[in-house]
Amino acid sequence: MSTLINDGIRLEVAGENSLMLYFSDKGQESSVITPNISSNVQQADHLIRQHFSTEIIDLISSYASILVVFNLLEIDHHDLRNKLKSVLKQCGSVNNKQGRLIELPAYYSLESGVDLPRIAKHAKLTIEQVIYLHQAQEYRVYAIGFAPGFAYLGAVDERIAMARLTTPRLKVPKGAIAIADRQTAVYPAQSPGGWNIIGLCPLDMFNAQAEPTMPVEVGDRVKFVAIDKAEFIELGGRSPCTELEC
Amino acid sequence: MLRGIYMSKLTSIACSEEHAHELGFVVTNAGVLSLIQDAGRYGAFNLGLTNGGPADSLAFYWANKLCGNEPNSTAIEISLGGLELTAQVDCVIAVTGAPMPLSINGQPKALWRSFLVKAGDTISLGFTPLGVRCYLAVVGGFDIKPSFGSTATVCRESVGGIRGDKLVDNDILPCQAVSKSANKLKKLMLPEHEQPQYANEVLLHTVLSYQQAHFSNIEKRLLFSSEYQISKHWDRMGYRLQGRAIKADVDGILSEGICYGAVQVPADGQPIVLLNDRQTIGGYPKIGAVISQDCAKLSQLRQGDKVRFEPISMSQADNMFHLNLRRLTQTKLISYS
Repeated sequence: MSTLINDGIRLEVAGENSLMLYFSDKGQESSVITPNISSNVQQADHLIRQHFSTEIIDLISSYASILVVFNLLEIDHHDLRNKLKSVLKQCGSVNNKQGRLIELPAYYSLESGVDLPRIAKHAKLTIEQVIYLHQAQEYRVYAIGFAPGFAYLGAVDERIAMARLTTPRLKVPKGAIAIADRQTAVYPAQSPGGWNIIGLCPLDMFNAQAEPTMPVEVGDRVKFVAIDKAEFIELGGRSPCTELEC
Repeated sequence: MLRGIYMSKLTSIACSEEHAHELGFVVTNAGVLSLIQDAGRYGAFNLGLTNGGPADSLAFYWANKLCGNEPNSTAIEISLGGLELTAQVDCVIAVTGAPMPLSINGQPKALWRSFLVKAGDTISLGFTPLGVRCYLAVVGGFDIKPSFGSTATVCRESVGGIRGDKLVDNDILPCQAVSKSANKLKKLMLPEHEQPQYANEVLLHTVLSYQQAHFSNIEKRLLFSSEYQISKHWDRMGYRLQGRAIKADVDGILSEGICYGAVQVPADGQPIVLLNDRQTIGGYPKIGAVISQDCAKLSQLRQGDKVRFEPISMSQADNMFHLNLRRLTQTKLISYS
């Protein structure tokens, strides 16, 4: 049931009313995280939103794929496949669109980033170097999901990449800035989680009452800017780490 | 431009300019898990918000239909039972789904029917011996403010319903009072032979999809020839099954969108069928997806109940969807007295 749309996009069945578009780059399978693939995903997402109306119910764009959920009362697998083929034919050829640059304040410290010492030890770096490397990088928002407002950012400098905790924590505080492998993220709400915590961000990553609901969207560029504790509190941050539970 | 299936064709929700209602029902006992639900939240995947919506969409559909409502109207999903409401206004309600003992002021009442309740009446639902979920709808739907286009409650996300959470005692569920003319409203019922029969076993018709190529033919045969039990982890997010383990040749994949009914197989080989409140993206390999009408049946099962998987082609799934829809739209409610 696999269809090639062009040499960078493959189409597969997902479910009764959904299908998957998988993106690859220059013959590489779509299991790698690259800005190139990600921007093709984003371009395809835009094209689909432009060319389809009520026949599409929803889309989930991720690192190298798009889940397309469609309305079975308006279109079937076969027609959708053909229409996607023609809409996405050119996708991936010309694409230099840069996302917005969003700065997120980050309070890095031992009290807000309990896993800093572990990462430093693992990386054979000082804590200051870990913090420096995390801030030095400009990240890309590759996907949003898992929980409302949870943005997957990548890629973290290889030197401070760190595997998830073997046993996830029951409570990670809202705003926790964390690393898992070469991904980093800010926990939008208190939740269980297995990522390594290195700091706290005082901003709301998801606020149902605010417009926009989230400060970032897929394709945006993100930089973390270090702040001190006073600035953290001033920006609305709550006293760090009182909620951390292992 | 992205809208839910129920929003686009089946209906447009009655978003009237009427004044918000203040009175309706008071929750006098919230029961185990009672949730405000409409047909679900669509078009918010880009914020990481899942669909929510009725776990048993068929019973939900009939509850609204019996009240003459649009299919997307807001009703209550009651899991297991124990809900008690006191009416503040005269109104017409219907309860459908698992056979929870329903009574009005202590008098037993049948499910799958619409009937009038008067201000001051107490509506109680006992615990169901079979199945899990019931739907209580009211004429005009409950008047709940939508968030992100839907009233569907997803507790994990703190979105929808009242406070983004399940009902608690003393919650007020506003709805319109029936006027004098509506008092003549026909009492309707779903013909008995059309009422779903709930069982302890369900056959899950499944389309092979997603990472199916990462499962060998032997693993696929094992899945389709084995019986699985519902484990103790069953909820609106998904049903974890227990039975013969099946193995993919990969442990994880790059995180990607998860559709309703997706069958996820983590490293322990025990399949998980993902339902209404599933997380929107994830990185476990998926062997396929269960069709929606069987997901609705699955969500009426509980720990210890049994399922089997049966492979079907995409075109069979398509036929089954349209046949089911046709049957649904052709079934006529009948009057009773």
